[in-house]
Amino acid sequence: MRTALVDRPLDPTALLAEVAAVSSGASTLFVGTVRRSNQGRAVTGIDYSAYAPMAEAEMQRIAEEAVARFGTPHVVVEHRLGTLTLGEASIAIAVSHERRAAAMDAQRYIIEEFKARVPIWKREHYVDGDRAWVDNQGGAVAV
Amino acid sequence: MTPSVKHRVQLFASWSDTLGPEVEVELPAGARVADLLETLETQAKSKSITPLPRPSVALNQRYAKPDAVLAAGDEIAIIPPVAGG
Repeated sequence: MRTALVDRPLDPTALLAEVAAVSSGASTLFVGTVRRSNQGRAVTGIDYSAYAPMAEAEMQRIAEEAVARFGTPHVVVEHRLGTLTLGEASIAIAVSHERRAAAMDAQRYIIEEFKARVPIWKREHYVDGDRAWVDNQGGAVAV
Repeated sequence: MTPSVKHRVQLFASWSDTLGPEVEVELPAGARVADLLETLETQAKSKSITPLPRPSVALNQRYAKPDAVLAAGDEIAIIPPVAGG
């Protein structure tokens, strides 16, 4: 099990290789990417920032919960910080497990808990030059 | 008179934009997370015409409940609604 905040482009297939195990019959890879529009506004990129020490601690806690709850040690998560352009990956989660259902459930658990708990924020940049902090429901929040 | 304690508080995202990345808040000894939030929300109202989103508060890198008591030397952070992933 490993989690990390990184400031370089993610390599999701490397994470998949990292969780590979002959005891596993299923491997899953989730990749979150920057999309071109949000709430009808054209997005050009997103700045990701964090309260890094707590974000790292909270990422680790969530991964440990997933390991305990779903019974696989093969969990690797990386979240990227900095300025990302369209199509770039912000998060990659790889899980492998003896069984597919548990692998998929573990991955779903990790992404949902990350979005609710890890102190990371995104500020979207728009075509018109405006910028706004966004929440996890996708809406712009007060600036 | 109740002795007061100075707490250093880190802020992020929209709260950092409004009050800066770090502030010092003086509160009576035994003050709780809710008291800290009330003080900071008053300060934010004087600096921003748009209301800021209600944040969570972390003590020593863990989310804290509103009735948690602040101790001198705690690492305190104001956590606006998060948006990772």
